[in-house]
Amino acid sequence: MESPFMKRRRLVAGLVVSMLVVGACSDGGAATSAPAVSAAPTTGGESAAPTEGGGEIGGSVSVIGTWGGAEQDAFLAMVAPFEAETGIKVEYTGTRDLNAVLTTGVASGILPDLAGLPGPGQMREFATRGALKPLDDVLDIEAYKSETSPGFVELGTVDGQVVGVFIKAAVKGLIWYNPNVYTGGVPTSWDDLWSKAGAAASGDTKPWCVGLESGAASGWPGTDWIEDLVIRQSGPDVYDAWVAGAQKWSSPEIKAAFEAFGEVVSQANTHGGPNYVLNTGFGSGANPMFADPPGCLFHHQASFITSFFQDEGGAAEGDYDFFPMPDINPSFTGAATGAGDLFGMFNDTPQARALMAYLVTADAQAIWVGIGGALSGNKNVTNYPDDVSARSAEILANATVFRFDGSDLMPEAMNAAFWSAMLEFTQDPSKLDAILANLDSVQASAYAQ
Amino acid sequence: MTAQSIAASATSRRSGPRVGRILLHLSLLIIAVVWLVPAVGLFVNSFRPSADIASSGWWTALAPPYEFTFQNYADVLGRQGLDRGFINSLFITIPATIMVLAVASFAAYAFAWMDFRGKNVLFVIVVGLLVVPLQVSLIPILRLFAEAGIAGTFLAVWLAHTGFGLPFAVFLLRNYMGGLPREVFESAAIDGAGPATSFFRLALPMSVPVLASLAIFQFLWVWNDLLVALVFIGARPENQPLTVVVANLVNSQGGQWHLLTAAAFIVMALPLVVFFALQRYFVRGITGGAVKG
Amino acid sequence: MDERLLTAAIVIVGVPAALVGYVLLIETILRFVPGRVAPRLRPVLWLLPALTFLSVFLVYPTIDTVRRSLMDGFSENFVGLANYEYFFGSGETLGALANNVLWIVFLTGGAVGLGLLIAILVDRVRYEPWVKAVIFLPMAISFVAAGVIWRFMYDFRPESGTLNAIVGTFGVEPVGWLNTWPWNTLFLIFVGVWMQVGFAMVILSAGLKGISTELLEAARVDGANELQVFRGITFPLLLPTIAVISTTVIIIALKAFDIVYVMTNGNFGTEVLANRMYKELFNFSQFGRGSAVAVILFVAIVPVMLFNIKRFREQEAIR
Repeated sequence: MESPFMKRRRLVAGLVVSMLVVGACSDGGAATSAPAVSAAPTTGGESAAPTEGGGEIGGSVSVIGTWGGAEQDAFLAMVAPFEAETGIKVEYTGTRDLNAVLTTGVASGILPDLAGLPGPGQMREFATRGALKPLDDVLDIEAYKSETSPGFVELGTVDGQVVGVFIKAAVKGLIWYNPNVYTGGVPTSWDDLWSKAGAAASGDTKPWCVGLESGAASGWPGTDWIEDLVIRQSGPDVYDAWVAGAQKWSSPEIKAAFEAFGEVVSQANTHGGPNYVLNTGFGSGANPMFADPPGCLFHHQASFITSFFQDEGGAAEGDYDFFPMPDINPSFTGAATGAGDLFGMFNDTPQARALMAYLVTADAQAIWVGIGGALSGNKNVTNYPDDVSARSAEILANATVFRFDGSDLMPEAMNAAFWSAMLEFTQDPSKLDAILANLDSVQASAYAQ
Repeated sequence: MTAQSIAASATSRRSGPRVGRILLHLSLLIIAVVWLVPAVGLFVNSFRPSADIASSGWWTALAPPYEFTFQNYADVLGRQGLDRGFINSLFITIPATIMVLAVASFAAYAFAWMDFRGKNVLFVIVVGLLVVPLQVSLIPILRLFAEAGIAGTFLAVWLAHTGFGLPFAVFLLRNYMGGLPREVFESAAIDGAGPATSFFRLALPMSVPVLASLAIFQFLWVWNDLLVALVFIGARPENQPLTVVVANLVNSQGGQWHLLTAAAFIVMALPLVVFFALQRYFVRGITGGAVKG
Repeated sequence: MDERLLTAAIVIVGVPAALVGYVLLIETILRFVPGRVAPRLRPVLWLLPALTFLSVFLVYPTIDTVRRSLMDGFSENFVGLANYEYFFGSGETLGALANNVLWIVFLTGGAVGLGLLIAILVDRVRYEPWVKAVIFLPMAISFVAAGVIWRFMYDFRPESGTLNAIVGTFGVEPVGWLNTWPWNTLFLIFVGVWMQVGFAMVILSAGLKGISTELLEAARVDGANELQVFRGITFPLLLPTIAVISTTVIIIALKAFDIVYVMTNGNFGTEVLANRMYKELFNFSQFGRGSAVAVILFVAIVPVMLFNIKRFREQEAIR
């Protein structure tokens, strides 16, 4: 535990270091001082005269992302010290139509300086088309690589160069329960979980709560389920092959995962039955867990769901807790899945470079983590505000086998078909073979591009 | 107003059996209720806490115990950038509406009352352009704006909205102007009035009702637009309209969506004022007077 | 801020003023043009501002779209008709096409039919402005808000879903309104009708007000009943307006996007062409396929436009 004063000092120190790095890199290592920074073109309008020491840069940097509401506030809080330190104004626009904005932007050349990226697939595409700028000389790359979980570094790398970084992360595959309802303890295996569920469930209290609806992205909570089942049933090699398009959907391994999920969302085992599952928003999916009498025991969801428990489920802190999804096949233990928000640079301006370098630092990421609702891929961030998020972060840091959300890694067309397939399957599990065959045909064309 | 009430009393005298009148009122009442229920549900929910919205229907709030709150409105109105968004929306919407009305009415008059070869085909092509989906025009137009150096400005958005709004505006106005009595224009021509005089003195004043409805629709479409503003203004929060600000009340996972209930009414308020303000042009008699004169 | 206020003021006053100036200028010029040429030149000059706008903002993108529809995902290589082959070879896109037919039939029928009915009924009551405001209200709501509203309506749980609460009082089990094919498309279309009736009603009502009262009174004095007055006078005189609004709503139905995007994103068999196009363009980076869908929309509108040409010819012949 460090005092707020200490944290503040470290923050400023980190900032100055990163500024110096930026200055040193942008003038190609020449022995000039800070003014070299402002020699590069600016898109952000007026570029103020830099003061001595490399602190003040001035001007502005435009940022587009998907963050809205409390996330937007957290991001702005995260960049506030940066703005104060450098005099650079961060102009943030948040929208859920990020895909449309970036696609038209890349095609026409009008792009924000920095942007959240819809997913690793699009990041790769923007990078290979030259829209995304390499970050190797923007970040303090050694520090970045040593501080960040290797999985995240690798995901942001295209052709050996870092083009995307993670601002925040979430760990998936957590099984949530209400400690006032379920008191059976942490299951040691998937079978153990079912037997504990069988013992605790009764009447209207079903083992599971599931909600798959999510507007234009409906079905994604189901894809998380399949991913967690695949990696625990068949191991990381099958998982990787499947994500890369080399493992057929109709193969026994993937089919087994769908069948296991089918048991979860069956009329007997899930609150409300399939129709309820299909029509319930993922955010309110767990609500019955907090109702009286409780509608279910367990809810499978990522670490960010806790704010929904409070907002929509009316739960208080202490009404919810989690254990990691248990192992299934004993030869593949300790697996964890996660996801994160990627960030990249489109315009190479001194302001954009400075902000990018700042955002990956532990000091910057600690701000969002401290506000709550986010984990950090940076190992030096430790200021988790509560026990639940601290334990989530531990999973992220200690997993022996860590994999990124598989559907996010697939080409968009595959991802979208996967989402829809989860809905179709839940609606009518007897169509499984036809659904998998269709996914196979999407796979054949989606990866070709 | 008098013309209308005379008409109303005239019909009521004549519309036969009382049963007919009762049926008339009843069917209007049913339609109005059906149309209003969804909006009332939203309105009631906009005064409820988020956990209540998620757990029980809006109608349960109409019975005691009453647990209404202004928190949703307070949260939305307290949001940074909302006031600026409102002003930006006005900045975008009013010029875009006026530009469409101005450009379209000249074209509509030409299509309605001038003769030239290929007129109908040209007109139908103009109307057919209505089918061009906004989404496919974004990339080519953004490129043009980038070359012209106006990407990210209000001007870009005004021009784009004018372009997108024109086919319907020309269609509607031409149809209305084409339906005006020929004798009026012929006698004006005999009196020596040129096309410009006929347009300003006759066609425009007689088209006031349709201009009013067109103004409402164009205003609404631009006011509620999200994509055009987002793409053509880009990452300039100081220029973004209300819709962009409001859509972003919700976080990327869709949390806090209950705020949209209150936001919907805040966004809707001005268009409704415009509708009521322009409704006085929808009454019978305006065209009649002009035609007789 | 001041600078922007100035720009806005210039546009609000300047654009109409410039256009008036333009027309007065061309009329002055035309006075010095030989008598035979002036009538030919005049329409061109009057149409010029509108045609310029349309060329830049709609014709040029249309041509660009046709070009892209013959090229690959990133519009880099020519691929011939491959994108069209994909369109006509995929069950999903054909399903979307079929759903668009439903949209055209029911949205146009519902919005125009109901709009006409309301416009006529409301013409006979004193509280006309109030009913009109109620019907118009949904038009003023953004698609995002409409999505929220109808989420309350179609919510599965009878505790919070309005419709399931209503059917529940009749002892019916909760209905999955949005995941029961093929009815779900109709429920989505109803949202469209809810939003668009106000549009049809306002325009039809304005048309109705244009019909002279004397004509109607004369017919009534001659002993015609209300139905005969409607069939003999109101309907024929309103026909051009009905054609305008029908054409417009057909095109809206063809382009139907927001409601589907917000509520189901095409899942459960509710896909429509425009949503498919959006996905291909912006999510899948398949500009070629997305553009091909757009071109199919352009082609689909041709019969409607031919009908309109025929109508104009007839209208001109009468006048």
